[in-house]
Amino acid sequence: MLIVVCIKQVPDTTQVQIDPVTNTLVRDGIPFIVNPYDTHALEEALRLKDRFGCRVAAISMGPPNAEGTLKKALALGVDHAILLSDRVFGGADTLATSKVLAAAIGKLNRDVDEVGLVLCGKQTIDGDTAQVGPGIASRLNYRQLTLVDKIVTLDLAAKKIRVSRKLEGRHEIVEAPLPAMLTVVRELNRPRYPKVAMRLAAAEVVVEVWNNQVLQLEEQSIGLKGSPTWVSKIFSPERVKGEILGDGLADPAGTAALLIEKLLAKDMLPL
Amino acid sequence: MTPNPALFAPLLLVALAVFTWGCWKRLSLITLGKPEERGGSFVVRCGSMFTYAFGQKRVLAKPFGFNHFIIFWSFLILMVANSEFILNGLFPRVIKLNRLPFELYVTLAFLIDVATLFALVAVVVAALRRLIAPPYPEARTPEAFFILGLIGSLMVASFTINASELASFLAASGVDPVSFLAAARKVMPVAARLAAQLPTLQLELIHDVAWWVHALALMAFVCYLPNSKHMHILTAIPNCFLRRLEKPNTQPREIFAVGNSYGVEQVDGYSWKDLLDTFACTECGRCQNVCPAHLTGKPLNPRGVIHDIKVNLLDNGAALKAGKGVHKALIGEAAEGGISEEAIWSCTTCGACMEACPVFIEQMPKLVELRRHLVENEARFPEELLNLFENMESRSNPWGIAPSERTKWCGQLDVKPFNGDTTEYLLFVGCAGSFDSRNKHVSVALAQLLDTAGVSWGILGKDEKCCGDSVRRLGNEFVFERMATENVATFRERGVKKVITQCPHCFTTLKNDYRQYGLELEVIHHSEFLRNLVRDGRLPVEKTTGELGSTVFHDSCYLGRHNDVYDAPRAVIEAATGTAPSEMERNRGAAFCCGAGGGRMWMEEHVGERINLTRVNEALEQKPDTICVACPYCMTMFEDGLKDVKAENVKVRDVAEVMAEALLR
Repeated sequence: MLIVVCIKQVPDTTQVQIDPVTNTLVRDGIPFIVNPYDTHALEEALRLKDRFGCRVAAISMGPPNAEGTLKKALALGVDHAILLSDRVFGGADTLATSKVLAAAIGKLNRDVDEVGLVLCGKQTIDGDTAQVGPGIASRLNYRQLTLVDKIVTLDLAAKKIRVSRKLEGRHEIVEAPLPAMLTVVRELNRPRYPKVAMRLAAAEVVVEVWNNQVLQLEEQSIGLKGSPTWVSKIFSPERVKGEILGDGLADPAGTAALLIEKLLAKDMLPL
Repeated sequence: MTPNPALFAPLLLVALAVFTWGCWKRLSLITLGKPEERGGSFVVRCGSMFTYAFGQKRVLAKPFGFNHFIIFWSFLILMVANSEFILNGLFPRVIKLNRLPFELYVTLAFLIDVATLFALVAVVVAALRRLIAPPYPEARTPEAFFILGLIGSLMVASFTINASELASFLAASGVDPVSFLAAARKVMPVAARLAAQLPTLQLELIHDVAWWVHALALMAFVCYLPNSKHMHILTAIPNCFLRRLEKPNTQPREIFAVGNSYGVEQVDGYSWKDLLDTFACTECGRCQNVCPAHLTGKPLNPRGVIHDIKVNLLDNGAALKAGKGVHKALIGEAAEGGISEEAIWSCTTCGACMEACPVFIEQMPKLVELRRHLVENEARFPEELLNLFENMESRSNPWGIAPSERTKWCGQLDVKPFNGDTTEYLLFVGCAGSFDSRNKHVSVALAQLLDTAGVSWGILGKDEKCCGDSVRRLGNEFVFERMATENVATFRERGVKKVITQCPHCFTTLKNDYRQYGLELEVIHHSEFLRNLVRDGRLPVEKTTGELGSTVFHDSCYLGRHNDVYDAPRAVIEAATGTAPSEMERNRGAAFCCGAGGGRMWMEEHVGERINLTRVNEALEQKPDTICVACPYCMTMFEDGLKDVKAENVKVRDVAEVMAEALLR
């Protein structure tokens, strides 16, 4: 069985600023990192590899410099790393992206081994849409299990997986037949750290690149042309200055009363 | 029973064979170690050998060291006596001390008699000490008493031999016993007194029994020596000769290439000198008695580490010599011959063990080698370190804060970027000075002082990166190599020659570690720099205790022990407050770590008492109003500790802040 992990190179958002004129992210000189949620997906795939001996492929769609992201995956122990890179893939929204990724997964399924699981981070930290994973599942007609914080059981013989989904205030245990697409949350695991020998070996690997000649997708359905979504504006919300109520140290009770009054006035306290 | 060469010679031969075999068996294992350069500087090495081995300088640092000094020098003198004893045993008619010229004989006889007495007393003192107040509880071993008993019996037998010979001579010669013994007392004060007490009838028997006791004890000692910690008699002197002449405050570089492995996994990964260290250990326990980890109940004992490496080497030696794999792992088991991972991660790299060791054993670098193996080959380390390593790699600071925020500490100050052509000093602010909210105050204070004194200084700003101290001490040499290479390139590009640091960790890394990359910087810690400014009259200070009140100073390990800067911070405090800071019980070279070195700053402390609390309580014994530090890590550890013991009325101040407060405005 093959496990495919979708990873994305994202700008280190702690260092990102928004260009007020073009409403786009200023990416110049900003270092790239692997989308943090994806590192948990990758770790889970590697754990399943350790346990069941299945093979792991990491794929990423992005510009040629996204090769670094895949080398990180190789350093951690994936068996295949494929960069999906072509000018015609550029400018893609979540729909067009999921088409390219789904096509690549389909090709892996045909050429390498039967795909049993696709693992994605629950969302990326730059786009934050959480749509690509489910998009892939829809295109491939895989079961989709989102927000997974634990794989409870994986039965390869019966081709069944049972996972725990982390929802607001509760957990949901779900079972699904394979193949399935999982999006994962941080609580799932703690990612491993690469061994030096693996890093050095990965540094020497030339990552396989698949362009559209390989995937043969219709150009109208991918990249900017295949993207019905466009960004009209990105901005940082202006922070309204807060207000200091009373003197909590001198008069805690009085200040608390002030606060309650204020919250009641704004209808923010359910009574 | 009469001493005769026909019986003695073969016995001696066997003893010497056993001795040689024992030495060979053990010392040949040293050749399993990796190469390491310890040659050169012959004169300096001889000097060091005389000071530390023959002069016992470090041994004498503790009260009972004097006892060892006595035993050591008695043994040296008694080597003459024992050589004479052996040669006389082999060639009784030819060699005898009293056949030497009379003056020489009398002098030697006197020295030997006195040395024998001194040795006997010292051995009794050592035995009593082990019984009543041993250096550490486990030091009360049967082996220790056995060897002390053996030495004691040698001394008693030696007296008895000499006394019975004197008495026999007296009986045979018929001279006046009173005047003879009076004269003899001047030559052999103890043996002559003993001679007067011996029964005249059994003299020959007494002599022969004593002689054989001496002979057998001597041979037993010789056979036993290589198989015990008393091997140090042979190895300690060369170990002092071969010591690292520079302070062991850095780690060697590694070569990163496909197919290499890193650090030390099994015992033959150590250098030959590391392995020699293990045979030089006397198990005196001084290292464990100063180790912050051991003293606060962590599973690390530096003496144990050296012992375990030795045991592991002895266990695996034969297999390794035969080119086979090891059957006992060095890392993992907490049993004898193995070192637990918990112990490996407990080290704060404070260097107290190395400072205390009388024979210059280097415990700390051996632990870092084990960390390197765990981190680089196995990617196995305490989970808290994952964030640290990733932050260091991706954002070049331990907290993972955006590098663009590195200059935020400057606030309203007019801080100039460093310009190689026009700026004299680079102020290497450091991660704590740049990002830690408390330590930013220190950076600001220092900047104001530098401006007041009219120093030409600047910063690298966003181009400054973490020096990499923590990752190197934690064994992540791969990441350190990248960070160091980048920093060294920046320093070269920008034409940096002189650097001021306010963090002892940056200080030692820039000064000592980067030298391995061919970068020779003039690095000065801000405490030294401020001391010089005051000395040169460039800082107009008014000596005032101000709000600081009474002060106590805490030595940072990487400033003091690792780099010998002890006086400068004290001088700064004295210049600013008019009074020298008071001293904690353990200060300067013997100072107790705050607990944050060696990357421990970024780790949880789950086991035992917290190291910083131990130190905070020690500081509070001096009833200070202010605890002065010269290191951002120490600052954090003290502030946290004071909160924990509810002593928040006590302030913690960096020496720069102390100085800034005294600045005339």
